[in-house]
Amino acid sequence: MEKRAVITVVGRDSVGIIAQISTELSKNLVNILDITQSVLQDLFVMIMLVDMSKCDLRFTDFVEAMVDKGEEMGVKIHVMHEDIFNSMHRI
Amino acid sequence: MLNTFDILETIKMIDEEHLDIRTVTMGISLRDCASDSVNKVADKIYDKICRRAEKLVATCDDIAGEYGIPIINKRVSVTPVSFLCDSVESDDVIPLAHAMQRAAETVGINFIGGFSALVHKGFTLGDRRLIGAIPQALAETECVCSSVNVATTRAGINMDAVDEMGQIIKSTAFLSKEKDSIGCAKLVVFANAPEDNPFMAGAFHGFGEAECAINVGVSGPGVVLSAVERAGNCSLSELAEIIKRTAFKITRMGQLAANEASRRLGAEFGIVDLSLAPTPALGDSVARILEAMGLEVVGTHGSTAALAMLNDAVKKGGVMASSHVGGLSGAFIPVSEDAGMIEAAAACSLTLDKLEAMTAVCSVGLDMIAVPGETPASTISAIIADEIAIGTINNKTTAVRIIPVYGKGVGDSVSYGGLLGEAPIMPVHSGSSSSFIARGGRIPAPIHSQRN
Repeated sequence: MEKRAVITVVGRDSVGIIAQISTELSKNLVNILDITQSVLQDLFVMIMLVDMSKCDLRFTDFVEAMVDKGEEMGVKIHVMHEDIFNSMHRI
Repeated sequence: MLNTFDILETIKMIDEEHLDIRTVTMGISLRDCASDSVNKVADKIYDKICRRAEKLVATCDDIAGEYGIPIINKRVSVTPVSFLCDSVESDDVIPLAHAMQRAAETVGINFIGGFSALVHKGFTLGDRRLIGAIPQALAETECVCSSVNVATTRAGINMDAVDEMGQIIKSTAFLSKEKDSIGCAKLVVFANAPEDNPFMAGAFHGFGEAECAINVGVSGPGVVLSAVERAGNCSLSELAEIIKRTAFKITRMGQLAANEASRRLGAEFGIVDLSLAPTPALGDSVARILEAMGLEVVGTHGSTAALAMLNDAVKKGGVMASSHVGGLSGAFIPVSEDAGMIEAAAACSLTLDKLEAMTAVCSVGLDMIAVPGETPASTISAIIADEIAIGTINNKTTAVRIIPVYGKGVGDSVSYGGLLGEAPIMPVHSGSSSSFIARGGRIPAPIHSQRN
């Protein structure tokens, strides 16, 4: 069964943001399903839809790992279950 | 793929606008806890709560982590304990409050509601025992919350109970005088009390409820405030639409959390409560929404109309977003827990009389109002009677949570910290109501209660 999460990354643009994050994801066996990215006035905004059904970590531990990674990189990372967005924004 | 704007909007609501699940409250039936020994009842209460709510906190923390929505409070409500006081041999029912306190500590929750009695038509022996024990119970425990329903639209108002509650509130204030009479912050007097309310201090698990149910209270005054501010100078029709849409989103999040919590905990999904519940935090105020709608300060003329519109729009948006709506469902206007209300009360632009008028169009009533410690019990009863009459006649829930702060008067203020906030002492009318209250008896049910 697919367990999908939305990862958002917001912060100042710099070299290798996507690379660092995708490395972290592959380390945890998290598959990227979709990715969208834009840079608005130096502000980097990336949104990923990922499948974490093969990820060994508990959801909350994975969230913590990604938030820590974000702090290390100087960007703000949110990882949230896809259902929260579906329920809030779709009828 | 989801819309980028929608995703960022949700994150902004949570990060910057204080969107949260205010409480996940597990309602637990205590109907199998009766015995003739008060200590046996206490043990049964403790065991039942601990067994049912064992995983409540951990499960809610997991849900909060996975969905990225803060769940601020995890709480328990139980069947009104007064019914367990009928069959015990002893008049002393304080051990039951201590059992609730111990259970709350064991399962790791911050409040437990249900040290309650429903006396809208009259008292049983158990009701009298419980009500008599309220002041001591609230002084000796921290997490236990108490409520007494003194009226319903169908039954009218039990004025003997209103009279007694004035005195009970005074005793509660006295017994917790070392902590600015904080006991009264855990005591609510109701008309038309809902049986599935997740919010403290008035939560209890009604007699018509399932064995175990999850009721969720969402909140988001900050989100509504931002939406109103962003709307700029539009008409009230447009503003109502904007508030409805915002309330819909907030409630959907609550519905999702409620579904997940009830599934994981093996409990019935009860209701989502659509209330806008403020906290003393900056930007989490209902008063500021009314001010953003165009009032210079809350409490001025127009406040009741603005609140009526806000309350109605929140309900309309929320109702469609949830499969079962219940509890109090409306905007709360607790004075001490809302930064804007505190400021307006301190500046005397918000008076007790205006608050009473505002409670006619919102939930829930005169909430967290600090008054002088020397206010007579009969005046407190009369304040209760007025508020309860509004609920009874208008077929809605109203409540009074009033704190006659021992040793303090107008010009002083009290600070309880945390969610309970701080409040300036508000003046009350000096004319006596004692002869009116002393009459006792019942105010008959209003004519429109005859619907059959």
